[in-house]
Amino acid sequence: MNPNNYLVLSALLFSIGAIGVVLRRNAIVVFMCVELMLNAANLAFVTFARLLGNLDGQVVAFFTMVVAACEVVVGLAIIVTIFRSRRSASVDDANLLKY
Amino acid sequence: MEATHVLASGTSSMLVWLIALPALGATILLLAGRRSDKWGHLLATGLSGASFVVGVVELFKMLSRDGESRGVSQHLFTWINAGSFKVDAGLLLDQLSICFVLLITGVGTLIHVYSIAYMEHDHDRRRFFSYLNLFIAAMLLLVLGDSFLNLYVGWEGVGLASYLLIGFWNQKPAYATAAKKAFIVNRIGDMGLTFAIMIAFTAFGTVSFQGVANHAGPEHKQVMTWMGLALLLAAAGKSAQFPLQSWLGDAMAGPTPVSALIHAATMVTAGVYLITRSNFVFDSAPTAQLMVVIVGVVTLLFGALIGTAKDDIKKALAASTMSQIGYMILAAGLGPAGYAFAIMHLLTHGFFKASMFLGAGSVMHGMNDEVDMRKFGRLRVAMPITYLTFGLGYLAIIGVPPFSGFFSKDKIIEAAFNAGGARGWILGFAALLGAAITAFYMTRVMVMTFFGRKRWADDAHPHESPKLMTVPIIILSVGSIAAGALFAFGSSLQHWLEPVVARGFVEGEHALSPIFVSMMALVSVALGVALAYVKYVRVPVEAMAPTNVSIWTRLARRDLLQDAFNEALFMRPGQYLTRALSFFDRKVVDGAVNGTGALFGGLSVRIRRAQTGYVRTYALFILVGAALVLAAMLAARI
Repeated sequence: MNPNNYLVLSALLFSIGAIGVVLRRNAIVVFMCVELMLNAANLAFVTFARLLGNLDGQVVAFFTMVVAACEVVVGLAIIVTIFRSRRSASVDDANLLKY
Repeated sequence: MEATHVLASGTSSMLVWLIALPALGATILLLAGRRSDKWGHLLATGLSGASFVVGVVELFKMLSRDGESRGVSQHLFTWINAGSFKVDAGLLLDQLSICFVLLITGVGTLIHVYSIAYMEHDHDRRRFFSYLNLFIAAMLLLVLGDSFLNLYVGWEGVGLASYLLIGFWNQKPAYATAAKKAFIVNRIGDMGLTFAIMIAFTAFGTVSFQGVANHAGPEHKQVMTWMGLALLLAAAGKSAQFPLQSWLGDAMAGPTPVSALIHAATMVTAGVYLITRSNFVFDSAPTAQLMVVIVGVVTLLFGALIGTAKDDIKKALAASTMSQIGYMILAAGLGPAGYAFAIMHLLTHGFFKASMFLGAGSVMHGMNDEVDMRKFGRLRVAMPITYLTFGLGYLAIIGVPPFSGFFSKDKIIEAAFNAGGARGWILGFAALLGAAITAFYMTRVMVMTFFGRKRWADDAHPHESPKLMTVPIIILSVGSIAAGALFAFGSSLQHWLEPVVARGFVEGEHALSPIFVSMMALVSVALGVALAYVKYVRVPVEAMAPTNVSIWTRLARRDLLQDAFNEALFMRPGQYLTRALSFFDRKVVDGAVNGTGALFGGLSVRIRRAQTGYVRTYALFILVGAALVLAAMLAARI
């Protein structure tokens, strides 16, 4: 098992997520891309934990999952609320907080 | 000799009451406000009188001690205590101060009494009396302080009182301006006193009279010269001496009792006191002494010339005050030979000039506050008491024996001749010339006011003033008859002041015999009177000032261009300077500050465009930022 493969995969997943966050307009998709980035980070953590032979990375991965779960709860609630009031889930429509 | 001299050998716990009583009066009247309108003037007069009584008691206590140990001091508290520098608030009463204490409280109390009647119809009479009491207290502090710094407090206090009283009727803008003028010109003089104090502190580390006196001597000639010049500037400001004389004429805007007390008898003579008190400084600094003499001579002629052309009775008297103080400054500049005569003339002048000013006030009181002498004439019939007392003052000021001015002025002229060499001749003849001009303009004042034909305004009904006003004038004119002879008899004042101002001084050779000097003085006085007789008795005085007059008269009417001079040399350039500075401030300083603001304001207008409101933009920023940080960290590792 070559850890490099896992790291490359992690980097690829992260890049896909990041590009998705920047390019996509649908809030739900952006949200999923954020999840993808978190999981890419998780994969990197776990890989390094394995590589270094300790549990630190795995512990952090659990924390990330907890944070992600919380984020989903709050984020989805916000998205639903915005959708209710604006009849749109596009992030570009919610651009009132600007100069 | 000086170094072993002790100013005060005993102590007295009474001195503080001299100052505290009138200060208390001023405080009560100012704090009680309108509630004290009914009795305020009585309280103020009473407290001033009480201070006089304390002064008399101190005089008798002083008389009971022998010559060298008459000075007493009182330590009040430690005022400043900073490392090696220590200033005590202390009072010093010696033979010199007691003269002033009695003059200030004595004449001051008489003028309080006079003002009760003079200011009767003024609804602000109580405020007037509180300021008078404030003045008495400050002036006493000035003459009783035992260090230059304590003197300075009183010095500023009398300046404040003078300002408040000149501008007492400040509802008239011209009067308020006159007050400001006096204040500002005095401030220039006060800078001199500040410098003198700083010089004393830097050079000797002490500011007390005793401390500086201990350093007197030829070895500190340069320091003493600078200090003397600074003191001279201070004296010139306070005593309206050239070149700071311009405020005194305008100061006549104040009520007449103020002109009598502050601007004739006491405050304006503070400069003479300062020079006499600092005799140890001037005795070690011949250059400073020479300057004092020059200032004195210039002012005595300057004031006399202005006096010849003034139609306003108070301004004529003010010009005369300036000129007479010139005599005192001249005498004080002559060193130990002259100090006693300066003080003698100061005291006699305090009597006769105060009596004449009060007489002028009495005339104004009877003539609906008219001050133009061309509107007077023949008032001797309507106001016999004022006429007689003013006449006595007149005889005293021009120096007719046996009135007081004769003794004091004659001594100064004699001392001027004795100054030695060319200096003696110049000073002596200048003083004689001054005496002649004095006789001329005072005769003019006398004739225009009390003799000739009536030139009264139609609604004028001159009448004699009430007793409350005439009695103080009568008492003062008794002083102007007797004081000179009393002081001159057996050189009593000279011997009295000797321990303070002329230690170990031996009178030198007389340049001219005293009798001859007296004869010359009398001849010049007679010439002045005769000239005035020809010009103002032979030729009737016009009710309107003639306009086809010589250039000299026009110059004298305009105070020898003193205001034009000050305006051209100081006021206009000052205004240009402030205008230039304000322009600089607006354009450069404000420009820099406002420009900085505008720069960042303009920048922020542009930069805030980056705040688009699109989540993806922020995400991109974060991403790029994180990538850059990461790149930087990697770069740092490699």
